[in-house]
Amino acid sequence: MVRNENEAYETFIKGIWRDNPVFVQVLGMCPMLAVTNSAINAVAMGGATLFVLVGSSFLVASFKQWIPKQVRISGFIIIIATFVTVADYTLLALVPKVHKELGAFIPLIVANCMILGRQEAFASRNTVRLAVMDALGTSGGFMVALFSLGAIREILGNGSLFGVDLFGEHFEPWVIMILPPGGFLTLGLILLFFNWVTQQKDKFIEQVAEAERVATDG
Amino acid sequence: MKQKDPDLLLLHAPLLRQGMTTPSAMRDVLYALLPVTAAALWFFGLGALLVLGASIAGAVLTEWLFSVSEKRGESLLDASAILTGLLLGLTLPPGLPMWMAFLGGVVAISLGKVIWGGLGHNLFNPALLGRAFLLATFPIPMTTWTPLRGSESFFHVNASNLALPFMQTQVDVVSSASPLGLMKFEQEVTSLTNLMFGNTLGSLGETSGVLLILGGIYLWIRRDLDWRIPVSIMLTVVVFSGCLTLFDAVRFPSPLFSIFSGGLLLGAIYMATDPVTSPLTPRGTWIFGIGVGVLVVLIRVFGGLPEGVMYAILLMNAATPLIDRYTQPRIFGR
Repeated sequence: MVRNENEAYETFIKGIWRDNPVFVQVLGMCPMLAVTNSAINAVAMGGATLFVLVGSSFLVASFKQWIPKQVRISGFIIIIATFVTVADYTLLALVPKVHKELGAFIPLIVANCMILGRQEAFASRNTVRLAVMDALGTSGGFMVALFSLGAIREILGNGSLFGVDLFGEHFEPWVIMILPPGGFLTLGLILLFFNWVTQQKDKFIEQVAEAERVATDG
Repeated sequence: MKQKDPDLLLLHAPLLRQGMTTPSAMRDVLYALLPVTAAALWFFGLGALLVLGASIAGAVLTEWLFSVSEKRGESLLDASAILTGLLLGLTLPPGLPMWMAFLGGVVAISLGKVIWGGLGHNLFNPALLGRAFLLATFPIPMTTWTPLRGSESFFHVNASNLALPFMQTQVDVVSSASPLGLMKFEQEVTSLTNLMFGNTLGSLGETSGVLLILGGIYLWIRRDLDWRIPVSIMLTVVVFSGCLTLFDAVRFPSPLFSIFSGGLLLGAIYMATDPVTSPLTPRGTWIFGIGVGVLVVLIRVFGGLPEGVMYAILLMNAATPLIDRYTQPRIFGR
């Protein structure tokens, strides 16, 4: 049981940090760049993706014995599309303004290769519990990425966060941050930072190992 | 540990050494730009110095921050960061807030140079990249041309220069259109003498055509500059806009106006000739120059912007590797 707990936790954390879908696997770039011009859009997109991924991972893991190998891709897509439709209409009913701004990108969640990838690589060959943990971790990682990009772009491009003014009326907006180039720039810089952190960590681990080797040799 | 000098010195083939090194070439360009900088100070007052200083500070600080700690002094001593900062500063409007100029310097070095692998590896001219970023980020301050200082004292500083970081200028800026804007939107021609001697509105370094050309001649004498690039750019602009003028003299500016207005001379002499981002072969430099010239006229006359030198040079920068590949001379004997 203890081992099981650990495994579930590991699966969850892996999606957020080590195998982060955006910063490490560089998946789901289309919504990542298109809808992150404000924090609220980013969070709505992240929430919709989380709902779709968790729901379809749960269903795929539950039905994995009954989905024939030959038609599994279309099976996964039908399950994903079902949840996307639900998310689409829910957003339309609850927050019509955000839904209008996200536009075609909500239906396009169905084409997000991150979601299909998790079904193929994980949910269809693991227990329901683990599949749900994996889905939570991956979409959590996606949400973190979307939010950090959306927050940076909204703060610099509009001087606000979630629509709340941060700098007062004399703020000079960085127009480029709201435009598509700002998305590419910010994503590139975040990726740069992420790789740098990973590199520093590896270096540190190497140094520690080296020191231990010297200590045992001496 | 330092190595002892070997008794026998073994060297590879190029034994003839040229006196020209990167630092000396950079210094030459800085000297060539001194008169232009002085003119900018004379026409726009001390505010010009603030803008130039801020952009140079941004460039140098970024260079220092991102260089490997052992090579820190070295990469600053070759003066390339100072030159990038100065060139960027000369393309900025005199009333730009200092923090924007600083940001431009930071972007020019970090996104224009460091990220490609340092000096000699960049695809685009760093100073122009910094300017393109600023123009896309702050379109209104970047196209607000404050008037010449005129009878005001030399120590006159525009209030907009001193805006707090991230803040707009809180004072109403008195501004008017640059000669190119006047030409494009109001069909009003500025007198040629004013354009040549710098008595016009515009970016800091683009006002005085004569001084820019003098600096270019100095660089040509010192062999720091490939004469083909500025000459081919100017020839193309003269021929292209000459043809257009014959067609309709009211709508299209005359060739001489096209040469002396806006950033054409600054761009053609100091930015398009950057040895890193321009083609290596003589044939390639002609193609490069003609491309820049055609694009400049196209953007100025038919595009939505009054000025197109920056985008023309950046676009041809992107084409440079391709030009280099297709103009490579054949190896003898093959």
